[in-house]
Amino acid sequence: MKISFPYMGTSHIVISYLLEQLGHEVIYPPVPSKRTLSLGVQYSPEFACLPFKILMGTYLEAVEKGADTILTSGGCGPCRAGFYGELHKRILRDLGYNVDIIILEPPLVSPLDFFRQAHRLIKKRGWINLARVFRIAWRKLEALDALESTLHKIRPLALCKKQVTQVYEDGLELIRQANSVKEVDEAREEALANLRQVPADHDFTPLRVGLIGEIYVVLEPFANHDIEKLLGDMGVYVHRSIFLMGWTQNNVIIHGEEGERDIRSAAIPYLNQLVGGHGQNSVGEVVRYAEKGFDGVIQLAPFTCIPEIVAKSIMPAVSHDKGIPVLTLFLDEQTGQAGIITRLEAFLDLLKQKRMKRQEVS
Amino acid sequence: MQAYLGIDVGSVSTNFVVIDEDCNILAKLYLRTRGQPIQVVQDGMRQIEEAIKGRNVEICGVGTTGSARTLTGVIVGADTVKNEITAHAVAASQLVPDVQTVLEIGGQDSKIILLRDGIVVDFAMNTVCAAGTGSFLDHQAARLNIPIEEFGSLALQSKNPVRIAGRCSVFAESDMIHKQQMGHTAPDIIAGLCDALVRNYLNNVGKGKEILPPIVFQGGVAANVGIRAAFEKALGVEVIVPEYFDVMGAIGAALLAKSAVKGKNQTDFRGFAISDMHYQASSFECKGCPNLCEIVNISVDGEVLARWGGRCGKWETIRKTG
Repeated sequence: MKISFPYMGTSHIVISYLLEQLGHEVIYPPVPSKRTLSLGVQYSPEFACLPFKILMGTYLEAVEKGADTILTSGGCGPCRAGFYGELHKRILRDLGYNVDIIILEPPLVSPLDFFRQAHRLIKKRGWINLARVFRIAWRKLEALDALESTLHKIRPLALCKKQVTQVYEDGLELIRQANSVKEVDEAREEALANLRQVPADHDFTPLRVGLIGEIYVVLEPFANHDIEKLLGDMGVYVHRSIFLMGWTQNNVIIHGEEGERDIRSAAIPYLNQLVGGHGQNSVGEVVRYAEKGFDGVIQLAPFTCIPEIVAKSIMPAVSHDKGIPVLTLFLDEQTGQAGIITRLEAFLDLLKQKRMKRQEVS
Repeated sequence: MQAYLGIDVGSVSTNFVVIDEDCNILAKLYLRTRGQPIQVVQDGMRQIEEAIKGRNVEICGVGTTGSARTLTGVIVGADTVKNEITAHAVAASQLVPDVQTVLEIGGQDSKIILLRDGIVVDFAMNTVCAAGTGSFLDHQAARLNIPIEEFGSLALQSKNPVRIAGRCSVFAESDMIHKQQMGHTAPDIIAGLCDALVRNYLNNVGKGKEILPPIVFQGGVAANVGIRAAFEKALGVEVIVPEYFDVMGAIGAALLAKSAVKGKNQTDFRGFAISDMHYQASSFECKGCPNLCEIVNISVDGEVLARWGGRCGKWETIRKTG
């Protein structure tokens, strides 16, 4: 099985490790680029959202590189992403590619289907082998999340932003190479220590901004104009609402882990039901960020994303009640960064003024 | 006399303003960008120099704004390079001190800015669609063979505005043509268009925003009395169009320059001589990765002043940002 999968943030480090340890040949698709986007747009329904198009392009590039199987996630509920794997498969078949798509549905929703699909990946080396490598993969996931959240803290303070990027990328490589629980732990410590040693102005108090919205555009830098880096380079501490591990926990292991339940309950006064995707979470997260004293929140959404449109229409009420500014950015094919930068700069000016005023009062 | 220069280089117009310490307008200039930002900035500098000649005016600070703010900042040597949302808000609150809402419609952007007690508390800017902005009005005026200056006053003559679809400029144009072919008069169609654009603006950028008076309407489109009347009808309150509505971004940039030089006591202004220098913009495609970024070089007399356009930052070592 020559297997490939789409990029989403740093998840490829763990997914490729798991697949290799399960005995498969991994075909790395190129990192999403303008070419990926052009291919994706060309072969996708015009009304599909940006994640669909980037994935479509990625699959086409993976097939070009020789992949015969693609691993992706399914989904359920009112967001159409649940159907994307199926649709991608049909488009690839129509284009004449004899490629198989393994769609992992949330195991808690459709356990039998999940088991059947997962078994296709696992049978080669057996379930006992899985138990061993899964422990290591999980440790890697934890390490990646720890490294990223430290990066978010260090980047706004770092004196040389280029250096912090380099040290972080070296850290990712250390974690990628680790091959046992012990090695992962060592790689994690080394990567974190290196990041903490980057020369930084620790007296600087950055603006604190929460990043919320649809999971793919929040996690994948290509889809969001590298917004975490843009903000970090402008001296802003970005707290991302979604990390790989939290998401995996909620969807693969236990339904409704504590943090998730808390976010949903925070949303209830404004939105008392699931609206698909991360719509309800987005509302709840704004409430929690306000309570934690964040300066503002940025909501990222693919253009035409219904769950985030619902959330956006509720934002003015939440923002007003809780006194926290919210900026919504809809993302689509545009690769020009200027428009995003203008809005971010204006939003940061607003947050700075607000903070200054609060300090004057107190 | 100490003075400050503000330059707003937008998609359609490029505006220059010189203000004194008390924000009196000493000179003002409105030019069309015509897709040539460097040339229009040099032209404008020449005209501004002419306008303030012999009046004992010394430029002590320069600010740039608008979509070509970074480029312009490099060319003139700006003390501050600021986004147009902040610049517009600063200008509005200077000229109408208790302003709570700014409606701004320019060539390709429309924005709404909410201020409370003189500070910006919320804003929105059109994202994926430019329906209802100046470029579209220009296009419709040209199609109907009506000078853009008369477009708005024609709308005021209408007794029965027709309904036009406003959420997309393509829909709006086809709706206008259908109604015109049915025999509706130009004033009724134009008035219907003004209503449609205002409806779209309030429902799109203005969605969910608390629009409180005093309301200031600025940007090039504020010249259109039809749109202003449609705003007043829709909002039920008076809409103020300030005297210098068409150069508010530049006024904001000048005010920001004034506060920027306060801190450092000197200016980076390269002087009016820049209008005679030979600026060159060249570009190439970086082949370092499949992104194929389009990198732009700005050079003066062969020396590279600035370079930008890449995603990874490897080319942008000498980029100046504000």
